[in-house]
Amino acid sequence: MTADQLASLSDTLFSISIALYSVAMVAFCAQLAFGRRTTRARELVGAGGPALPAPEPTPASAEDTRGRRWGAIALGLTALGAVAHGAVLVTRGLATDRLPWGNMYEFSTATVFVAVVAYLVFAVRTPGLRHIGLFVLAPVVLAMVLIGLFLYAEAGPLVAALRSYWLAIHVSTAIIGFGIFFVSGIASILYLVKTRSDERVAAGEEAGGLLARLPGAAALDRVAHRTAVFGFPIWTFTVIAGAIWAEAAWGRFWGWDPKETWAFIAWVVYAAYLHARTTAGWRGKPAAWVNVVGLVVMIFNLTFVNMVSTGLHSYAGVS
Amino acid sequence: MSTIAPPRPPAPAPSPSAPRRGAGLLLRWWRRLTAMRTAIVLLFLLALAAVPGSLLPQRSLSQNNVNQYFTEYPTLAPVLDRLYLFDVFSSPWFAAVYLLLFVSLIGCVLPRGLEHFRAMRAAPPAAPRNLLRLPDAGELGTPLPAEQALDVVEEELRVRRFRVVRRETARGPELSAEKGYLKETGNLLFHLSLVALLLGLAGGKLWGYEGSILVTEGQGFCNSFQQYDTYSSGPLVDSGDLSPLCVDLDDFRAEYEENLTAASFTADIRYGGPGEEGRRTTIGVNEPLRLDGDRVYVTGHGFSPTFTVTRPDGTSLEDVSVPFLPSDQSTMASQGALKVPDLQADGEDQLAIEGFFAPTGLVQGGILTSVDPRPLAPQVAIVAYSGYLGLDSGIPQSVYSLDASQIDRGSLTEVGAANLAVGESTTLPDGTTIAFTGFREFAAFQFSHDPGQVWVLVSSIALLTGLLGMLLLRRERVFARAEPAPGDGGTVLTLASLTRGSGENGPRFAALTDDLGAALTKRHGTRAPETGGPPA
Ligand code: HEM
Repeated sequence: MTADQLASLSDTLFSISIALYSVAMVAFCAQLAFGRRTTRARELVGAGGPALPAPEPTPASAEDTRGRRWGAIALGLTALGAVAHGAVLVTRGLATDRLPWGNMYEFSTATVFVAVVAYLVFAVRTPGLRHIGLFVLAPVVLAMVLIGLFLYAEAGPLVAALRSYWLAIHVSTAIIGFGIFFVSGIASILYLVKTRSDERVAAGEEAGGLLARLPGAAALDRVAHRTAVFGFPIWTFTVIAGAIWAEAAWGRFWGWDPKETWAFIAWVVYAAYLHARTTAGWRGKPAAWVNVVGLVVMIFNLTFVNMVSTGLHSYAGVS
Repeated sequence: MSTIAPPRPPAPAPSPSAPRRGAGLLLRWWRRLTAMRTAIVLLFLLALAAVPGSLLPQRSLSQNNVNQYFTEYPTLAPVLDRLYLFDVFSSPWFAAVYLLLFVSLIGCVLPRGLEHFRAMRAAPPAAPRNLLRLPDAGELGTPLPAEQALDVVEEELRVRRFRVVRRETARGPELSAEKGYLKETGNLLFHLSLVALLLGLAGGKLWGYEGSILVTEGQGFCNSFQQYDTYSSGPLVDSGDLSPLCVDLDDFRAEYEENLTAASFTADIRYGGPGEEGRRTTIGVNEPLRLDGDRVYVTGHGFSPTFTVTRPDGTSLEDVSVPFLPSDQSTMASQGALKVPDLQADGEDQLAIEGFFAPTGLVQGGILTSVDPRPLAPQVAIVAYSGYLGLDSGIPQSVYSLDASQIDRGSLTEVGAANLAVGESTTLPDGTTIAFTGFREFAAFQFSHDPGQVWVLVSSIALLTGLLGMLLLRRERVFARAEPAPGDGGTVLTLASLTRGSGENGPRFAALTDDLGAALTKRHGTRAPETGGPPA
């Protein structure tokens, strides 16, 4: 195949993966609809995707197996989507004959890919967490659509400053770190939502059906912490590797360029999160909020700092 | 896991005498400062304090942007300036936040380090009285006598790299085991590396310097502040101590892809001490020249058009060139000025040329534009001025442009304009000819000296090592107590474990119990009766 064909194949695969994720999202909705708890299941389906036909009332055990079957289908579709998603990057890389993270379109696409893979790994290892699939895939699909609409850049060669093996090291770890923090942030958001609903239930209100299907608050909090613990050294390494590269490319290892500044801010916020998790008075909700702030900072760094501020990191390729 | 900070004795009782009260207050403040809660707040403050540094223009990044901000917001800017908001990262309040954080860190981590040092040399602590109350606990029955049963446990734990100690107590023989001391060591290493890193940064700021200069092919520079176009240096730099190094630029090449993406910039240079022949090497983007403690970078490039200026009387300046600064990186359209004060006799009008250089020029309606960054068809558009340049007026001026106010004031007047291709010339009304004879490339060099850099690198590697140790290792204690089983003379082993760290311990404890059961069975040869403990 020629480079042009590969590049357009990559673009097609991008649409295919969005489609697969969207279908997976519907399947996750179905899983929630037919899942463990049966109270007030029907009306919730529309929350994250198109409404499904209301199922006939069935005994709880049948709903359970149906829910599980939908869960397996959803997970399978997600995995398929991830394969297509991975192929987007591979074909891009082949088309341009370089690592496929030279501009913002490629970088964001790769980051979302890592988030999906991180979720899949979690879901396979801890079946209880399959229930949060909808809440991971919904932002994933949203992110992919936004990336496709606003960040798309033609396949092309890299500018001179990016032609370094540090691209492979620094940017790959940035993508992996970000993808993992993404899952961590989602888990913390769900944790916050879940504790809120738990409190309502404790106060005697009726449980919101969708929320009742989430994994327990403690499990969500654990996922958030474990992913953050995994992501933090990776992010630390990313920052260090970035500094080493900057020393070679820009003549100083640290210069408070906006991108560097926000990477630093994110790092400090995640350090605060890890501290908060082990400090009396901060455990639980306050710590989770810190993690959410961390995710906001990461997203801000990827979007606003790339597109609005001018710094040395102006490789976004978005015009 | 809930240990937050080293255990501290309760605050002393308030005392009536003033100095003592002062000391008590200090102590209380010190404790508050070194509490982990404060650390979190300070971390947040640090993150918050960095925000304006990325949203407002910073002098350290671009003085130009700051000036522009001043013209755009003439009333707001001076206020922001007084709050150091254009120098956030060197501002006193930013320093206050990180210094407080580091004092807090040292005050928090040092006592912990001492405690850890003691704990490493002391035996694992005695088993708690009621083992079954620990989060993971269980019982195993075995026909083996107590001491032998504990031997088996000890063996299993030693294989798992636990440090084990046996104690004889009133309730029977006991065993305490601990592993994962490296987790705490990692924690200390991480936090102390942060301090080392800060010291490295500070050292670099105090003793480091940086200078930049544009050098046209065939020319060079030596490392001294007088020569640099711009430089900055730390307060402890003695300008007499700069490393004696000179660099000459022989050749510069910029290469482009088909779609005009810049592919590579390389400069062939010679470097060495002043007056030396110099060693040849090639540097470029991502590949600076590194000499111990000093680095030379190529940070940009551009074109220096060359002109020959000939007076009517025949005196001439041959092939003078001056760097024209690129105003558009994608086409390398560049602007600059050539000041010719010396060609004229004293008292006569001086000559200056302001120009626009296009590496690949295209003239449309008399306007020259550049369409390609490669020098395929170089052209210049020049405007010649004559008058008084004011170079001896003592007011510093840019070598790269004319002072617009001199033109406005009329001390410089326009005497001619032309678009020239290589080899073409134009004649001014007074008979002076200006010929565009060609171009050379120039490179922007940056000379950097940062003695803290290696420190910072070593500290960050230590930091990462400590971090991995702290986050990935698990601190684990296992206790066992052997008591005679009621009735037939066997032994009941009570096992319990305690971990510090986030992982779930249940499955691991179950695996340990299974292995122990198997080992006991193997030792005794028969199946041991097993009783489960409380659910883990
Ligand atoms: C520059 C500022 C600091 C950074 C970036 C930082 C970072 C970290 C990180 C990433 C952890 C790992 C948390 C975990 O085990 O999950 C940690 C642990 C810890 N930090 Fe800091 N820290 C800083 C300052 C401080 C200060 C000022 C204190 C004391 C007041 C402190 C005390 C501790 C303690 C006691 C732990 C261990 C917590 C545990 O046992 O899990 N740190 N720190």
